[in-house]
Amino acid sequence: MRDATTTRTRREFLATAVSGAVALAVVGPTIANAAPEQVAAEIKKLFGDKKLIDGKIKLDLPSIAENGLVVPLNFEVESPMTEKDYVKAVHFFAEGNPAPGIANYFFTPMSPKAAAQIRIRLAQTQNIVAVAEMSNGEIYTAKKEVKVTIGGCGG
Amino acid sequence: MTTKPTPRVRMPATAKAGEVVEVKTLISHEMESGQRKDKDGKLIPRKIIKQFVAKFDGKEILRADWHGAISANPYQSFFVRVPASGTFTFEWLDDDGSVYAAEQKVTVG
Repeated sequence: MRDATTTRTRREFLATAVSGAVALAVVGPTIANAAPEQVAAEIKKLFGDKKLIDGKIKLDLPSIAENGLVVPLNFEVESPMTEKDYVKAVHFFAEGNPAPGIANYFFTPMSPKAAAQIRIRLAQTQNIVAVAEMSNGEIYTAKKEVKVTIGGCGG
Repeated sequence: MTTKPTPRVRMPATAKAGEVVEVKTLISHEMESGQRKDKDGKLIPRKIIKQFVAKFDGKEILRADWHGAISANPYQSFFVRVPASGTFTFEWLDDDGSVYAAEQKVTVG
């Protein structure tokens, strides 16, 4: 009796595992992921050939995300946030998601800090790229790799 | 599947003039990415909140454009300055054109 139960559980487990694998195999190839080149193209669309300077952006993401469906992203861009000198926009891109865009934040001198915390979905291990546009036209950038254990897309 | 999105905002109701306070917002929404397939292998159309706007007495503080990579039930926290007593409004714009709104009066005392 006990044996039978164990066997069935094992069989069910295997069946689930196999169907899961099949589902993945079917879905997998149809997802065309954004590539680093696509992210670069998006940035070029926004800023042309302007020089990207490393720095000023504190991009806080976990190094390892167990669940790609909910990955906390925390950022802050160094700026006095005054009428004369403020952060106009901060753009976020994913190099390994089906689409490169994550979010675009637009700040005003009314914002005391160019900072926010959000939750994002990541399909796989990849780099997250942040690009900040300052009111004086300077463009800053930061990049962080997140290792994803379970992807957060499709399924 | 489709529950009515309910926005929730948490921020202090009183502040000192010019004080910087943190605002925490959460809205229930499935944020259907447009990448998933249903049982028959058909793509489920995208339905997400595509934009968030925070204002103080009608003036924009910040705006965010969101894409499919924003998690379901989007949580967000950010900072605002309280220049004087007034009303903060928060709006979430859905792909289908619906607008979900919340507001918070803050008294400077």
